[in-house]
Amino acid sequence: MPKFNTAAELEQYCAHLLAARDPARPCIAVCAGAACDGLDSAAVAQAFTDEIARQNLAGRLDLRVTGCHGFCEKGPNVIAGPQDICYFEVTPGDVPEIIRATLAGEVYEAKIYRDPETREKIAPMSEIPYYKHQVRLLIGDNPRLDPLKIDDYLAVGGYAALVKALTTMTPDDVLAEVKRADLRGRGGGGFPAGAKWETTKNAPEKTKYVIANGHEGESAAFMDRAMLTGNPHKVIEGLIIGAYAIGAHQGFIYTRHDAPRLVEHVKAALAQAEAYGFLGENILGSGFDFKVELHFDVGIFVSGESSALMRSIEGNAPEPRPKYIRTSVSGIWDKPSNLNNVETWANVPQIIARGAEWFAGIGSEKSKGTKLVSLSGHIVNSGIVEVPMGTTLRTLIFAIGGGVRDGKALKAVHFGGAMGGSLPVEYIDARLDFDEMSALGAPIGAGGLLVMNEDTDMVDIARYLMDFLVRESCGKCVPCREGMFQMLKILTGIAEGRGRKFDLERLAELAEVTSLGSLCALGKTSAAPVKSMLQYFRDEYTARIDAGSQTP
Amino acid sequence: MCEQAVAAIIENHRGQPEALIHVLTAIQHELRWLPREVLARVAEALGVPLSQALQIASFYKVFSLTPKGRHEVHVCTGMTCHLCGGDRLLAKVEEATGLKPGETDAAGRFTLERGSCLGSCSIGPELIVDGRHHGRMTPEQVEVVLAQYP
Ligand SMILES: Cc1cc2nc3c(=O)[nH]c(=O)nc-3n(C[C@H](O)[C@H](O)[C@H](O)COP(=O)(O)O)c2cc1C
Repeated sequence: MPKFNTAAELEQYCAHLLAARDPARPCIAVCAGAACDGLDSAAVAQAFTDEIARQNLAGRLDLRVTGCHGFCEKGPNVIAGPQDICYFEVTPGDVPEIIRATLAGEVYEAKIYRDPETREKIAPMSEIPYYKHQVRLLIGDNPRLDPLKIDDYLAVGGYAALVKALTTMTPDDVLAEVKRADLRGRGGGGFPAGAKWETTKNAPEKTKYVIANGHEGESAAFMDRAMLTGNPHKVIEGLIIGAYAIGAHQGFIYTRHDAPRLVEHVKAALAQAEAYGFLGENILGSGFDFKVELHFDVGIFVSGESSALMRSIEGNAPEPRPKYIRTSVSGIWDKPSNLNNVETWANVPQIIARGAEWFAGIGSEKSKGTKLVSLSGHIVNSGIVEVPMGTTLRTLIFAIGGGVRDGKALKAVHFGGAMGGSLPVEYIDARLDFDEMSALGAPIGAGGLLVMNEDTDMVDIARYLMDFLVRESCGKCVPCREGMFQMLKILTGIAEGRGRKFDLERLAELAEVTSLGSLCALGKTSAAPVKSMLQYFRDEYTARIDAGSQTP
Repeated sequence: MCEQAVAAIIENHRGQPEALIHVLTAIQHELRWLPREVLARVAEALGVPLSQALQIASFYKVFSLTPKGRHEVHVCTGMTCHLCGGDRLLAKVEEATGLKPGETDAAGRFTLERGSCLGSCSIGPELIVDGRHHGRMTPEQVEVVLAQYP
């Protein structure tokens, strides 16, 4: 493996790399994302390998096993280049035909998209409704690269932003660019990334850390995993650029232990980045040193919270600390530590490469750029979607998601998992925007969007979410531990037909106290689903109590 | 073989208290549980009090202080799976194995766990056995899937 001592060496290498690749050569990309993997895409990939060997096609047809393409509902997904023909629900038996068609510049019609209404057949990715309405700046490279090959990332322009930052910008320039881009954190809070970076940068303590939060504990959220598994170098590149701006020489990636492919890809990417000289000492001759360590969550939701996560990296139990100590000033081993979500970091390279103005030109007034959303529940097309901020729920659910499955009507959408909220169908024209969704009581959280049909029992949803949180509370502070437990008792009572007259008032009070009194955001926002229920679905709750209650 | 692997994990981190979680995770992967005697050796080698090792081992859900069955059966109880019938699936698996979540059968064949969201929501409800995903599960398919794991 080459080790680059200067940017010029790297640029020369990339030029050779591109010259050696023929963009017109047919290439098959087999998705190995979480859903496709569960649908045995490995057997499809193996069938391609075997068939290519059998027909002796090496050199005429490339094969790539990639991260998530996005249209999880219809997996296993295969995309045939150079025309980007999408094949869905592919089985090993389809492989010879797909190869034949691809080499002949034709389309194998049996497995392409078919519009459920018009019955029209659509082959190219750019015309399929699911993809057509998306702007895939972050996830779009997934089908174009093998996550285990750093050269594939270089071939799509990877690490060019790092070169630009290290050779033409000072750390202050980089920070200023990110601030002007108005990049906001994708992990749930929507906090301005530039402002957070600046706090850590300006903290008096010399040793500083940067961390990528890839814990993704939010239920029904699966886009961070898809990003980090499918294109780990994009996140790593963002992290290095951030470390340069902030003045950190040590970084951490904190992610799930229970996704073997994710672990394998991140480990390989870190090793390759180090071998190429993008990590380590004197990166590309700039004099900047930076290393990254990989850490695993060990199966508890609260370890995604900033202070708990940092305790976990130190090797301790993940107990959150009160918020008046800010982790950006005093985090891991009490050093200033800047934590951002995986998707936040993934946005950094393009901001540096294409500039803050370009980035700020995408999205809504106060929420810039695109957002990855995982669509699931009672929806026709479940999967990972990337749209500009400001896109309406209607576009997400109907134009892209294909509406509600089984011909049912839409009742509600839920954003943000256990700390989010549910919105009734009347808000279908609300926009995907940090502030607008928060104001409605359904903060977008990390971006898990759950679609619920007309048969959904909203009492059960709140009970389910509270049950989840009660199990996940670390138990350190009383309001969270006891408050949630009491709310769960009331919700269970209502769900089981033992609701009482004053239950809703009591729920509202408990929600208030738990929000005010808890130490960390887990307890503070635990009542968010309940609040949204009381705001939008109160009638359903009252009816349930009236119907079921014998005792006053 | 296991014993050697465990000894190697411990030796590689001798004197590194901050590696506690790493070490326990690695041993959990190797033995699939954390015997008390091993915890004592870890604590001694890394230089942390046994109480801290026990705190970590009992706090995080990944660690088990009792032996597990040959096959780990997870029923996803994430939000999407719940919405799409995860409860009925779990009930069926409980019936088929005779286990409640967290339990292991006397023959040591299965350990049943309810797993929070594992991120394959598009193919929920899900049954995951030894890390292998069985998506779009119905209660009727449970027996057939479990029979694949003797
Ligand atoms: C209980 C709890 C769980 C959280 N889990 C995650 C998570 O899995 N991933 C994540 O990025 N942020 C999570 N957060 C938010 C983090 O505390 C933190 O705000 C975020 O990682 C900062 O990154 P950002 O500014 O880029 O959004 C969680 C917060 C709480 C209270």
